[in-house]
Amino acid sequence: MPKLHVTTTINGEPVEFLCDPTQSMLEVLRDELGLTGSKEGCASGDCGACTITVDDRLVCSCLMLAAEAEGRRIGTIEGMAEGERLHPLQRKFVEMAALQCGICTPGFLVAAKALLDRNPDPTETEVRYWLAGNLCRCTGYDKIVRAVLETAAEMRAAAR
Amino acid sequence: MNDVRYLAPRTLDEAVRALAAADGAGRVLAGGTDLLVQMRAGAVSPGVIVDVKKIAEMTTIEETADGGFRIGAAVSGAEIGDHPRLGQVWPGVVEAINLIGSTQIQGRASPGGNLCNASPAADSVPALVAAGATVTVQGPDGRREVPVEKIQAGPGRTTLGRGEIVVSFTLPPRPPGSGDAYLRLIPRTEMDIAVVGCGVSLTMQGGTCTAARVGLGAVAPTVLLVEDAAKALIGSRLEDEALEAAAAACRAACRPINDKRGTIEYRTRIAGVLLKRVAAIAAERAAAGGKH
Repeated sequence: MPKLHVTTTINGEPVEFLCDPTQSMLEVLRDELGLTGSKEGCASGDCGACTITVDDRLVCSCLMLAAEAEGRRIGTIEGMAEGERLHPLQRKFVEMAALQCGICTPGFLVAAKALLDRNPDPTETEVRYWLAGNLCRCTGYDKIVRAVLETAAEMRAAAR
Repeated sequence: MNDVRYLAPRTLDEAVRALAAADGAGRVLAGGTDLLVQMRAGAVSPGVIVDVKKIAEMTTIEETADGGFRIGAAVSGAEIGDHPRLGQVWPGVVEAINLIGSTQIQGRASPGGNLCNASPAADSVPALVAAGATVTVQGPDGRREVPVEKIQAGPGRTTLGRGEIVVSFTLPPRPPGSGDAYLRLIPRTEMDIAVVGCGVSLTMQGGTCTAARVGLGAVAPTVLLVEDAAKALIGSRLEDEALEAAAAACRAACRPINDKRGTIEYRTRIAGVLLKRVAAIAAERAAAGGKH
């Protein structure tokens, strides 16, 4: 079976890869490109551990064919920190212990960043609904939601 | 999943040709939120995957000259939710589409996919039925326009012929004093499949209902257009007797199954309850709106 040649952008960098027609974006990110931050939880779009952005829209990378990345802009958790400097959400997740085992964390961070990018001052309800597609079996969600709200407040203060 | 071909044509003609040539083994890929799950589960094993997202007509929303809307079948729920005008004129259609799955699913899932996956519980379909949406279908024999309620044939089955693709939805121009709404019953607040879904579209003039359409989901093998419920509302001032008559028509239209989400009796009863609640929201919007 011939491989498909895909030209795309990942975290701002031009990337080319070869893939099988049925390989998911998540498989290519993890197994071909070494970007293992995105996790496979359910492989059916329910858990959000594989969350990435495609042209700034949140997407489950397990439910996207790698071939569909052609010409698109992909964003993954690896693009969130600037070198050693953590994104405020990442820093706040650490400070407030908004994670335990960590499998769901990259997905939560990517999804929470997308929320704060479009709504710098979300209510708790908005945060909870926005993150309803990210499952966490450790924290009970409360610490995560509080960390997102705290980060939003901090980022608003910093922007003033 | 062996020997699958992936194609991303830029024109509908190419897409139709590829699907028709696949001899039944072709699948349209829009958002993929159903197709990829089905492939992974081994429920379908397509020979050809036709990604339609490079076809401009299928990925754009336009307001037509007469005040209607044409929504590409592969437009994502997120884009539909962000459209500056669509949600003002058709809030019920937009809220129904935006109820499907999580934020991540909304990033990809499309109304065309929701329709063609042909689940009786598809959230967008009762609202589109209520809205009087028509579907543009293109196939090897050309184009045809079909009322949206004629596409589903049964769970997982459509009336589409071989090589036919749902290209877009057309929502008609909206008279002043119109409103629509969609509600579904689920046992939680988010991320679930409708036990019953109900869409209502109304036009009110001087307090009297002059036009109505009602769509019901998850209570029959396909989403239903309930004409008797609409008849009970038209000409009324939405007083209690009219609403009860419309609710009774909804209950009478139900042919549900018993399953883990609900019993026949429960679904039938809820269909009437939802009709009343949804009609009230649509009427409120009709009174507040008409100013789009």
